[in-house]
Amino acid sequence: MHVARSGKLSGKEFDSRSSEEIIVTVFLSTNPYKMFSTQQSSWFIRKVICWRAAASIAWAVLLLPPTTAVFVILSRFSLFHPIHTISECFFLLTSASAIFSLILLFGVILMVGFLNLEYYSVIPTIPCSKIALLGHLLHPRQLLSSLAHCIMGVIVGWCCAITIGGRYETLGFSCTQTDGSAQMCLNEYQVILLLAGAFFGFSHSLLGVIHNMNYVAFHTVQQYKYLRFKGSLPLVVKCSATQALYSVRNFIVVYFFVGYIPRAWMCKTLNLELNSSVHQLDSVAGLLDLSLLYHLWISATFLLFTWHITLLLFRIFVTEVYSFPVQSTFTEDAHQCLPKVLTDKQPMIVKFLALQDLALLSQHSPSRRSEVFSLSQPGGHPHNWNAISKECLSLLTDLTQRLVVYHDTVATNGRAKSLSTGSERKTSSESSVTSGTEDLMSPKPTLLMKTPASVFARSVAGHPQSPLTAPFTPDLDSPFASPALRRLTAPVDQCSPWFGSVQSPHVMRRGPKLWSTSTDSQVNGSPPPSPASVTSLKQEPSKPSLLAKFLQNRKEQVKNFLAKRVLIMYLFNKLPEASSQALFADSQSHIWALEGMSYLVQASYSEDQFGVVQTTLPSILGCMLVLQEAVDRHFKLPHASSKPVRSGGSMGDSTYKTLRFALRATLKTAIYRITTTFGAHLNAVQMSAEHRKRLQQFLEYKE
Amino acid sequence: MSSLALFPPPLASGLTTLCESNNELLSGSTTEDRLKQDSSPLSLYFPRESLKLHSRTESSSKAAFLDHSETLWMRSAAAWRDGGFTGLLTEIKNSHTEVPKWLSVSSGCILALLQRFSSFHDSLFPHLTLSCEDMIAEFSQVLNWSDCVVRAFAWHPHTDKFAVALLDDSIKIYNPKSATTPTLKHRLQRSVAAVQWKPLCASALAVACQNCLLVWHVDPCSLSTRPSSGCAQVLSHPGHSPVTSIAWSPSGSLLVSASPMDTAMMVWDVASEICVPLQRVGGGGVTFLSWSPDGSHVLASTPSALFRVWETRMWTCERWPCVKGRCQSGCWSPDGSRLLFSVQGEMVIYALIFTNPSAGVSTSTSSESQAAAVVADLSETTFNTPDGNIIVGGEIQSLAWDPTGERLAVLLKGDSQAAGRPAVIAVFKTRTSPVFELLPCGFVQGEPGAEPRMMQFHPNFGHGALLTVCWSSGRITHVPFYFLSAGIPQFGLSGSPSAPRPQARPADFANQSLFTEHIS
Repeated sequence: MHVARSGKLSGKEFDSRSSEEIIVTVFLSTNPYKMFSTQQSSWFIRKVICWRAAASIAWAVLLLPPTTAVFVILSRFSLFHPIHTISECFFLLTSASAIFSLILLFGVILMVGFLNLEYYSVIPTIPCSKIALLGHLLHPRQLLSSLAHCIMGVIVGWCCAITIGGRYETLGFSCTQTDGSAQMCLNEYQVILLLAGAFFGFSHSLLGVIHNMNYVAFHTVQQYKYLRFKGSLPLVVKCSATQALYSVRNFIVVYFFVGYIPRAWMCKTLNLELNSSVHQLDSVAGLLDLSLLYHLWISATFLLFTWHITLLLFRIFVTEVYSFPVQSTFTEDAHQCLPKVLTDKQPMIVKFLALQDLALLSQHSPSRRSEVFSLSQPGGHPHNWNAISKECLSLLTDLTQRLVVYHDTVATNGRAKSLSTGSERKTSSESSVTSGTEDLMSPKPTLLMKTPASVFARSVAGHPQSPLTAPFTPDLDSPFASPALRRLTAPVDQCSPWFGSVQSPHVMRRGPKLWSTSTDSQVNGSPPPSPASVTSLKQEPSKPSLLAKFLQNRKEQVKNFLAKRVLIMYLFNKLPEASSQALFADSQSHIWALEGMSYLVQASYSEDQFGVVQTTLPSILGCMLVLQEAVDRHFKLPHASSKPVRSGGSMGDSTYKTLRFALRATLKTAIYRITTTFGAHLNAVQMSAEHRKRLQQFLEYKE
Repeated sequence: MSSLALFPPPLASGLTTLCESNNELLSGSTTEDRLKQDSSPLSLYFPRESLKLHSRTESSSKAAFLDHSETLWMRSAAAWRDGGFTGLLTEIKNSHTEVPKWLSVSSGCILALLQRFSSFHDSLFPHLTLSCEDMIAEFSQVLNWSDCVVRAFAWHPHTDKFAVALLDDSIKIYNPKSATTPTLKHRLQRSVAAVQWKPLCASALAVACQNCLLVWHVDPCSLSTRPSSGCAQVLSHPGHSPVTSIAWSPSGSLLVSASPMDTAMMVWDVASEICVPLQRVGGGGVTFLSWSPDGSHVLASTPSALFRVWETRMWTCERWPCVKGRCQSGCWSPDGSRLLFSVQGEMVIYALIFTNPSAGVSTSTSSESQAAAVVADLSETTFNTPDGNIIVGGEIQSLAWDPTGERLAVLLKGDSQAAGRPAVIAVFKTRTSPVFELLPCGFVQGEPGAEPRMMQFHPNFGHGALLTVCWSSGRITHVPFYFLSAGIPQFGLSGSPSAPRPQARPADFANQSLFTEHIS
């Protein structure tokens, strides 16, 4: 989940053409976590995450001078005068202009690091249709980020122009026109570098959304920060170079067609002339200049490399293991202890780090395990174990419910309908709190989903979380858009039972929806009516209002009309397996919960002196078996078990695409871990006949 | 002093080892043994003739086509596709009549430079010049791998089933409780060097192949005898082939794979198909991997005289340079505290002691000892038997320690060319607590003419230890060692205090300890 965002960035950040101090003050003043300062969980953000981000930025800044030196050498290298090149580079690096541009670049790195901190998320945003992706791209927040990247790209482009020198060095130069008069002319070589910088920045930010570059994945293999950095460095170089190649290609094409517009604008505002004696660069001959292409490519590589390094360092620092104390001697530190932190739902990064710590301690640290199994000193209650197990089980129950609801929605429709589920992940955090560990079987209508109705509604309400979710994501088409859910989202009868009152179209209409009509009809898009309409039709007869009928007819008409338009079909057609990915988007937390639980239960066989685990063993097993059943059922759906295409050469971490497979494997291993440890003793555990049968399969190694 | 001198002499020709009972290895004549073997459902025999070997003519099919003159561009493109950059240069150099002189000369120069460089590189790491098959044969734990009918064998860690990889690149899964024996075949499943079942899982089997890793998911309840290749996950990483060794973590979450061509060891998260390369300077590849049973360490040996022991929590490693050759084989004690290994060119077994990093706070240094101690000397010893002198001993091909930690099997290479120097399996009795001790037990021998190629202990045999041996004849036999274990260790769990080990009837040769650790 995105950690707190403080609305918009102040405009002054962007015109801070960079002295370091301004950005530092901005960085400090717009600390996004201020709004949490009153909450208890904020201590973590303040004390740990911010410092980790600051450390990562500091390392990125430290790495900048050597990177720049390499860039200077590569950009000026001449095969025939190697000694001359090196001495020239040395003089350049110590010149005032180089130091000034280095300071500018420091500012850019600080800004990039700040944007990383501002935009990162531990749960990926998965758009389920093209229109949802478009919504992500056009979100005001994203536009702001793109603008920032554009401006930073221009700054880097200018620094590149200065350091490469030669014909790129100045924006204007004195020239003689054909009529013999001396004038100041526009130097198109610098213009092209500046524009290229803006283009690279913009495309970087767009690709960031498409490839989920702001998603911070946690690694299963723990390594020290330096070794991890060293291991990923070649990958970053390769990825930056290839990405730069594609960006240059795209830029050339764009500049060839529309390059004259910014050039003319620049001439006009800066009052410069175009040199008519040299041919323009937006021609085939002008762009086929090998040295120009090389400089464009090396500049793009430099730009992307410094930004990617900042991102990489940020990821490495933020995902580092943090060891929470299991219990503390002083009550004022109690909120920093693992059982308390686990139950916090915001910010998500803290919950993830706590779960990661739980999984590691259960696996590696007997002394900390013994603290988990310990009893409270006065009273003798296993508070630690109770809190931890309850939270883990509620996470798992929540996932089970999500899967069951999704499966039911798909199943009632007879086939896997194209259901956009762009907003599912929001439910995880919210419902996990409300759903308890008791009655694991019965699906409760606890999915108190907030209505992410439209862009405007959300921005007005100041929705505190996940502003990056699709503003145009058709909510009604999410699997939760069953009547039950719509009832929940409707303000009137939130607490109505699962199957209950009649759903009238008025309630549906009341929800502030920008695109509801078209999306609702379009996503399904084919003559068989959508599940929503089926259910509403089914329930209609009890109250056949004229208005409703009219609306229904109109809806069908609009649907049929729009279904024939290819573009709209393209935009609204669901991406395959995206809903499955979205369903398991935050499954890293479930994986850790499963690992932590199973290792603790395994260790309890010999280490649990007071038998605190025994009391919860039936519910743990029951929870895992129910989840196993739900996962098995989910994988029988089409697209659910198809492997995603491996995408190499991008900085975006694509681990989220395979989280569901990892979860399935972890779940099985977790159950096996418990059954191999306890063996026949499990027959003494109370559970339903169905579960016992299922468990027997595991005991015989037949799953 | 040779440790083997204390062993009982090898059996006379015609006798095979049947089992160990009452501290004695019992033997039987071949014929009655054959009857007994055939009645057991798990004893298998794969005659070489029964396997259909496919002829490998991928590269040689070129000769069947007539030469056809193409344009220079076409030939260059084809050379680029087939042979890469060097192929292109060779093509340009060869067709010097058609290209400008400067181009052919410069490509010839670059080619010579490349060859000079690669020969220098190869002189540093001579194993890189080997072909794929030779490399697997060189670094495999199997004796004489290229000639083996059974190329790899793996017991399932929890049940009584096992997988057998055969010379024809198929894998068969045998389960005494099921009538079906699934045969696994895959387009990419070639030159299988190792197979291993995933722990804490009923179905996943990892296969180390020539070009990739395959992870089969064989549903134990399925009645299909030919699972489709859709059941196999293909894990590959550029430059990481051939894979010669694989090891699952005992917790079943990670898989490590090694290739002598790749300096990095890969750690796979199999379900999500993500790999993390772990690279360190030196060694020039990774040949053999062994994960300690408690999951805390991984032994990774390299083609040069160096091996590493990785600690699996933060994945840092210790370098252990050897004096003579590379580390050929190694095995861990069941509690993961002791590593026994053998070095190529030496006839001894070394031991290293490790502390469990999870017990201590620091994870940086986990080994207690500064240098490896020699625990057994297996130099050649001549035994006088009725059939003549038999020389036993020499270099070690592989080591295996049974899960209770009471028997250690050592496969000695011998010399198949010379008469009277057979490859044999020497079995030691071991004990790890309170002090580490090695005692002689005996030699495991098969029928005449069959030499042992590979061996593995059954992971959970109830009555002691069960050693499965694959012979050069294509036969797979099981040799049980019946004894009362001092306590079946369970990893991560502290078992009951170990009872004194029953020494029922010490034979006169068996009570002489070969090695006893001194506690200082």
